[in-house]
Amino acid sequence: MRDGRSQRIAEWLLLYGVSVLGALVLSAMLVQATGGEWRPVLSALLDGSLRNPGRWGETLGHAAPLLLVALGTIVSSQAGLINIGQEGQLLVGAATATYFGLLIGGPGPLNVAIILLFGFVGGAFWASLAAGLRFSRGVPEVLSTLLLVTVASQAVAYALGRQWLLLAPEADRGNRNQVSQQLTEGNRLARIELFGNEFPLTVLFAVALAALVAFAMGRTIWGFRLSMMGKNPRAAKRFGVAERTYGTGVLLVGGGFAGLAGAAMLAGGGFAFGNYQLVPGFSANIGWTGLLVALVSREKAVAAIPVAFVFASLRTGSSFVGSTGVEGRITDVIQGLLVLALLLPPAVMFLRDRRRARAAATARV
Amino acid sequence: MAGFLEALWDIAGSESTYINAALFAAFLAFAASGEWVAERSGTLNISVEGMLLGGAFTSAVGYDITNSSSLALLAGALGGMVVAAIQAEMSHRLAADQFVVGLTLNILVFGLVGFLDNEINPETSFADRWEIPVLSDIPLLGSALFGQRWPFYVLYALIPFCWWLVFRTKWGLELRASGENPQSADVSGIDVNKRRRQSVYFAGFTSGLGGWFLIFGQIGLFEDSVVGGRGFIAIAAVIFGGWTLRGTIAGCAVFAATLSARLSVQGLGYDVNSELLQSLPFVVTILGMAVFAHRVRPPAALAQPFVRGLR
Repeated sequence: MRDGRSQRIAEWLLLYGVSVLGALVLSAMLVQATGGEWRPVLSALLDGSLRNPGRWGETLGHAAPLLLVALGTIVSSQAGLINIGQEGQLLVGAATATYFGLLIGGPGPLNVAIILLFGFVGGAFWASLAAGLRFSRGVPEVLSTLLLVTVASQAVAYALGRQWLLLAPEADRGNRNQVSQQLTEGNRLARIELFGNEFPLTVLFAVALAALVAFAMGRTIWGFRLSMMGKNPRAAKRFGVAERTYGTGVLLVGGGFAGLAGAAMLAGGGFAFGNYQLVPGFSANIGWTGLLVALVSREKAVAAIPVAFVFASLRTGSSFVGSTGVEGRITDVIQGLLVLALLLPPAVMFLRDRRRARAAATARV
Repeated sequence: MAGFLEALWDIAGSESTYINAALFAAFLAFAASGEWVAERSGTLNISVEGMLLGGAFTSAVGYDITNSSSLALLAGALGGMVVAAIQAEMSHRLAADQFVVGLTLNILVFGLVGFLDNEINPETSFADRWEIPVLSDIPLLGSALFGQRWPFYVLYALIPFCWWLVFRTKWGLELRASGENPQSADVSGIDVNKRRRQSVYFAGFTSGLGGWFLIFGQIGLFEDSVVGGRGFIAIAAVIFGGWTLRGTIAGCAVFAATLSARLSVQGLGYDVNSELLQSLPFVVTILGMAVFAHRVRPPAALAQPFVRGLR
């Protein structure tokens, strides 16, 4: 029995190793085929994400919102609901947070809490549109969440152009015409400094939330009901799991976490995310990438932590790739190939297990 | 209010509205007809966006090499089918989650095409315009339906072909059986996952054609933002149409009308909030689904993976 187990682990490792290696080799071949060199690209990626001074702190700062988005997605996909509109939910969350954060003011730490809270509320509100359509009108949430992304970015652009909503008063916006007021010094998230790297407090917050989500999904009755809904909706119904309540709930949580990520980017961001103010293109694909993080971690909140870090490294590394003469968008390709590669092993193992089980069943007869 | 009605009247009376609407509708219909076939087999294929973009790019590259828009057609179809191959083999041979695969593919194709476009930068142009005599002289609709560039007319063959394929062939019957009741289909000897794979390949084929049409029949040049989320509107058109071909085409027409009204409003010089206009097609799509999604019956096994012996 013990033997079988270690053999299984070896099989898993082998499968993952081979497919990740395959993805990387494919990316390297692509770089070579278009006239580049893969070695300098790899070294630029590592420089930009880890090795150069201050870079791993920057990477952590990118990983935190990715992780937050991924956690929300993990909760909703455990219940079998597919929310793919994180990008829009994040943006609406950030906009709501900006609006109320500037409106309420208040003493520093309290106001940071208010900003984060309203980020959550904003994201949850945007997801609630999709949830309402899903459970009262039968509109698939896959499509509605996605179509709402464009609507969200247009709505936020609208608000950013109106002074009574988000646009900063003329004195504060310089020569830009679509930017909100900056959060004042006291209203920002604290930044932690470690070995010459600094990153916002969001990082610790996100890791703590990951632990919380892992606990809630694995050890509580709610988590159990959600996975029942996801794995066997018919059984869930028979056992009295209220599909509408739980489904709406998880979609709200999913949207809320995305909105929270937006608010955290706003209050803890630095230059990478608009420098403490809302600007056009604020979301910077964090929503989409966070979704990929969730998909790759296969509904395991703890696994999302390293995955978020790897994907954040690709983001922070990509800005260094340009200097090698290879287009920085190669990192998008690497990322996509990596995701596909990480999908393969579980699928292959599933089929192998079934084949083995069937062979065993026939042998018994 | 009177001003609004007047504007609406103006838009409805201008020929360019119909020409644009026909172009948008054709682009959506290329993708949606294949997607309809795929969904009838029980797979909710969300990589249409990637297939369209892939097809558009490969057709542009094909034209760059061969200088022929008909050979570019083949290249476009091939590009769509390459994306389809990954979608089909991973989700209906290896049983990976179809949404996850589709979503990843969309992102991967977008990254890949953006990367390669910078490296290759294909040269493209329009295909020839064919004015069909007599028919193209019909007022308002004539030049919209019969005065377009020739890629447009491929659609007139494609749509009846889809109908014939699904309702008049044995393959189509097996396909629909796979979408309605895969267990029974399996018992009666149909290879459910094979039919689904084939239907995804078909969706890749038509979407690839759609990408080709977009480049050579509508805009004449390639950028990585040409598709711009409309692949998802094509999926919405299938739902809007209640999984019937007629309804799907009607859905394409409705969504295209909104896309085109957006252009006409600006072209005719009306001052309407641009953010509202930009999001209008998406809002109309969502509202369309909200009204119709409830009244129609999807294929019973839609989006449910089939593994023999499970369930």
